[in-house]
Amino acid sequence: MSLPNITLISYGYFEKDILEKTAEAVIQEFQCSVSIREGHLDLSEFYDPTRRQYNGNALLKVIDSLAIPDSLKTLGLFNVDLFIPILTFIFGQAYLGGSSGIASIYRLSNKRYGIIGGDRFLSERCTKEVIHELGHTFGLIHCPNPTCVMRSSTYVEDIDQKNQNLCNSCRDEYISQSTLSQSL
Amino acid sequence: MAKKISILIVDDEESVRDSLYNWFIEDGFRVACAENAKKALTILESDQFDIILADIKMPGMDGLEMLRRIKSIKPDSIVIVMTAFATVDTAVKALKDGAYDYVTKPFDPDDLTHLIRNATKQISLSDENENLKKKVISLENVEDLIGKSEAMKDVLREIESVAQTNSSVIITGESGTGKELVARAIHANSPRKYFPFVSVHCGALTESLLESELFGHEKGAFTGAMYNRKGRFEMADSGSIFLDEIATISTKMQVELLRVLESKTFMRVGGNKEISSDFRVICATNKDLKSMVEKGTFREDLFYRLNVVTIQIPPLRDRKEDIPSLVDYFIKKYCTSMNKPPATIDTGALKRIQEFNFPGNIRELENMIERAIVVGNGKKIGLQDLPLEKTFVSSSAESLDDFEKAFVLQILNKYNWNISRTAKALKVDRVTLYNKIKKYDLKLADQR
Repeated sequence: MSLPNITLISYGYFEKDILEKTAEAVIQEFQCSVSIREGHLDLSEFYDPTRRQYNGNALLKVIDSLAIPDSLKTLGLFNVDLFIPILTFIFGQAYLGGSSGIASIYRLSNKRYGIIGGDRFLSERCTKEVIHELGHTFGLIHCPNPTCVMRSSTYVEDIDQKNQNLCNSCRDEYISQSTLSQSL
Repeated sequence: MAKKISILIVDDEESVRDSLYNWFIEDGFRVACAENAKKALTILESDQFDIILADIKMPGMDGLEMLRRIKSIKPDSIVIVMTAFATVDTAVKALKDGAYDYVTKPFDPDDLTHLIRNATKQISLSDENENLKKKVISLENVEDLIGKSEAMKDVLREIESVAQTNSSVIITGESGTGKELVARAIHANSPRKYFPFVSVHCGALTESLLESELFGHEKGAFTGAMYNRKGRFEMADSGSIFLDEIATISTKMQVELLRVLESKTFMRVGGNKEISSDFRVICATNKDLKSMVEKGTFREDLFYRLNVVTIQIPPLRDRKEDIPSLVDYFIKKYCTSMNKPPATIDTGALKRIQEFNFPGNIRELENMIERAIVVGNGKKIGLQDLPLEKTFVSSSAESLDDFEKAFVLQILNKYNWNISRTAKALKVDRVTLYNKIKKYDLKLADQR
């Protein structure tokens, strides 16, 4: 039996290393196969000049409409600053129990906070953010466990404090959700 | 398990509603949305939300007006107002009108998280406070089970041993013996003591009312069901439910009750969602359930489900040695509640009380003492303060002759053995009265 496939689509420039490490972690966490693609999108359509940010809701809808064959979940990876109307920024978002999500590395880099070096953090944070959003697509909600990857993070420091894995309780929930979706 | 917090989002902008909806859903909240104040108020009529997040500027009724209306219906609602056009005036106005907080759109994700976390904390504190208040009230209401008689000591021993278990209990005893007090004592000494003790008087409700009372109902389930209502089984979650006068419930309710006791799940009247609740059942009756089972008026399976432990409370006439301490207890209780100086009881009056049979048991004794304190001089309760004279029928009379003897003697005593006045009161002539005195061998010394 073939493993379910998750597609990561990068929009804009990404170091190959970041994408590969993220894909490896996703494979390990969700026991699936991962395809990495390069996406092409005119992001100016999603740019809000008053906020000087990109509309996360609109981008999520576009990713959701891609309908990639044989792909169980699709995640759009961006390097621009994302927002939703009510919040000043977001690291990413996904449809809970749906098939798509988005994440951005824009606010994950140390450079953004005036710190030089520490590029390893960017890769780790990206991995955690991607697994977190994919977790939502598998129906997982935010977890109170401080080390669980499904813990809600509103600052990069929060992301650094958690692991890139699901805690036991979220793993059980993930298994029951996947079993349920397979039986349907 | 912590309760799931529910949030209602009220905003005319779809993108705002969707963004907040997704955000809160990912946090595990129960979320609903309304595009205007009118729709929000309609939703609130049929459903309850812990937090209402409302925009101020909306077409039609604005957020401030909606806030005032929500507060007039449910003053403890947590309403957070948001606006894109922040002014100090509107913020002050909103907070004065009872808003929990005020935020300007767009807000920082961390601010939103903190705002909801604080509101959630406030809700859990309010709930905890409410439960503790109820607990304190129920603890205050658990009056001491007074009695040094062997019969009462047995009851206390049974309470102690059964309280620690989860078993169903049937408390039997005559009316007024303190069955509910025993039920409360079981609950107060059980591991469930920090959770509600819910009491239902089954005999006071019709079948349909009892059904709605026990299981709750959904809005529109029947005429007059304006709102969703939790049933007593739901309220008793983690606690105990006391079903008084269990013998009075109908056959249909017996079947329903058996099902609930077996599965600990039920549906509200008019509802289709299975609700589960963890409760302990304590029942009381003054009827002989076993003979009702034999006659077929009480279901055998329900009887055996309920009858894990039976506690029989003795009538007051079988434990007369407890009367002095009960009298003292009630005197203290009513002197305190009526703000009167501590009173005592005359030895003769106490002797008369101890000789009385109390068909109404402790309730009758309590009422007697209460009355004596109300009508008495406040220092010492005497025979004249007790309504014993009126209760002329001795409950120990087993024949018409016994009854007649006691009655004639009582009227003779009342008129200090003045034959003419007694005969007049009894509406018989003097000769008849003399014959009765002779027949029953009544003597002045018989005066009790």
